[in-house]
Amino acid sequence: MSGVRVLVGTKKGAFVCTSDERREKWDIQGPHFMGWELYHLKGSPVDPNRIYASQTSGWFGQVIQRSDDGGKSWHTPGSKPEDLVSPQGWPQGESNKFVYDGVPGTHQHFDGTQRPWEFKRVWHLEPSLTDLDTVYAGVEDAALFKSTNGGATWEEMSGLRNHDTGPQWGPGAGGMCLHTIIQDPSNPNRLYVAISAAGAFRSDDAGQTWKPINRGLKSEYIPSPEAEVGHCVHRIAIHPSRPNTVFMQKHWDIMRTDNAGDEWREVSGNLPTDFGFPIVVHAHEPETIYVIPIKSDSEHVVPDAKLRVYRSRTGGNEWEALTNGLPQQHSYVNILRGAMCADKLPSCGIYFGTTSGQVYCSPDSGDTWRPIAEQFPGVLSVEVQTLQ
Amino acid sequence: MITVTLPYHLRNLAKVEGDVQVEVEGPATIRSVLDAIEKKYPVLRGTIRFHDTDKRRPWIRFFACEEDLSHEPTDSALPEKVINGEEPFFIIGAIAGG
Repeated sequence: MSGVRVLVGTKKGAFVCTSDERREKWDIQGPHFMGWELYHLKGSPVDPNRIYASQTSGWFGQVIQRSDDGGKSWHTPGSKPEDLVSPQGWPQGESNKFVYDGVPGTHQHFDGTQRPWEFKRVWHLEPSLTDLDTVYAGVEDAALFKSTNGGATWEEMSGLRNHDTGPQWGPGAGGMCLHTIIQDPSNPNRLYVAISAAGAFRSDDAGQTWKPINRGLKSEYIPSPEAEVGHCVHRIAIHPSRPNTVFMQKHWDIMRTDNAGDEWREVSGNLPTDFGFPIVVHAHEPETIYVIPIKSDSEHVVPDAKLRVYRSRTGGNEWEALTNGLPQQHSYVNILRGAMCADKLPSCGIYFGTTSGQVYCSPDSGDTWRPIAEQFPGVLSVEVQTLQ
Repeated sequence: MITVTLPYHLRNLAKVEGDVQVEVEGPATIRSVLDAIEKKYPVLRGTIRFHDTDKRRPWIRFFACEEDLSHEPTDSALPEKVINGEEPFFIIGAIAGG
C-alpha cells in the first residue's frame, strides 16, 4: 500500500508523520532532538529510509543527524568510535564540521561594512538524486557543502562563494543563508541554489563554477534595483519534467524563468500581496504552482487574518484562493520558505506548516485542507516522502 | 578520573545520563579535559568549542569549585579538587533569553 511520510522540522525538535494514501489519519512520531532547532530534514530519493537532518542550537552549534530506517532511529554519521579514526587514533567526529575552503574572505554586512564569512548553521540538506551517500548542504553564512560519505565529512564547493560577486552578498533578516538547492534531474551537471540576500545562481559543471541568474529581478529596496546580485530570493522551485522553468518567490514578487534563469519575468498577477516565502510546484502539473501570500515584510502574517493558499494553474499571473478547511478568521501565522511541499501520489498532496505550529495537508491538490497537527512548536521546514 | 557535568542537551547528544568521567592525558587542564571529552564522545566535537579554532563557543561557560574558568587560559591547571575527583568540572550552557 502506498503512503506518505512527512518530515517536520520545528524550533523544538523534529516530527515524523505517516499516513496511507488517503492522508486522513496520521501517526506522529517525535519529537526527536527535543529542544533543538531542526532547520531541515529530507529523505534520499535513492532510498527513502535514508533521511538527513540539520539539528542546530545557538549554544551548541551544528549537528548533522542521519536515519537509515525511515526516521525511527538516528545517529551522527562518522561519530562512532569505529568510524573515521584519525592519525592520532581518535574518532574524528567530523560530521558536524563545516569549515570554509581556504581563507574565507569577507562579505557585506547590514551596515555596508565587510565581515568575515562565519559558519552558523545548515539551512538546507539536499540528498543526491542518484547516490545514497552524496548530499549537499546549504549553510549560513552562505556557502555550499557536499558530503560523499553519508554526511560523515563535508567539503565546501567553494566555486560558489568565491564568485567575484561574493563580497557584495549580504544577509537578509534571517541571516545570509543558502536556503535552496535544486538538482536538474535531466542534467547531473546542472545545479541551482538561492541565497538571501544575494540571489539565484546556476552551475552547469556540477558545482565547480557558478553564475548569478538574476536578470529581470527588480528589488526596489536595494541600492541598485536591477543589480547582478543582492536580491532577497526566498525560494525557487522546478518541476522535474521542465528543469529550465524555475519559479521564484522573491522577497516581493513571484517570478518565473523559462530559460534556466537567464531572464526572469514577474507572474504575481492578481495575488492580494506578492510577499511571501515558499513556492511549490504540483507533482504532475508543471504549470500548477502554489504560494502563501504574507501581508508584508513589516507584518509577517497572512493578510486579513485569513490563512489562504493561492494556486495558479497557468504558471502564474492568474491565482485562486484555496480556503476549504483553513481558518478564515483570527489567523496571524507565517509560513517559512522551507515549510511547504508536494507529494507524488496520483492525487497530489500539498503540505505546509506555520510559525504557530500547525501542519496542514491537502490530499487533493489544494481543494480541501485538514490539519495533521495543530500544537507543534513553530514549524521551520516540511518535506514529504512518497512511499510505495 | 575527572568528573565532568555536561549541559542537558549535550548529555542527550552524547547519550549519557548524569555526570561523565574522563581520564586525561598529561596535565589536567581545560584543554586536556575537553580533549578527553571529545575523544570519548566524538559527537560533542564542535559543540563546546569550534572545530577550526578550538575556541570556546560564546554561550558555553566553564566552572569549577565555584569559580568561573571560562576566560582562563585553556592550558592552566585545573583546581586540585577537580583533579582528584572531589569536585566536578562544569560545562554550562549560558542562561540567555527571557
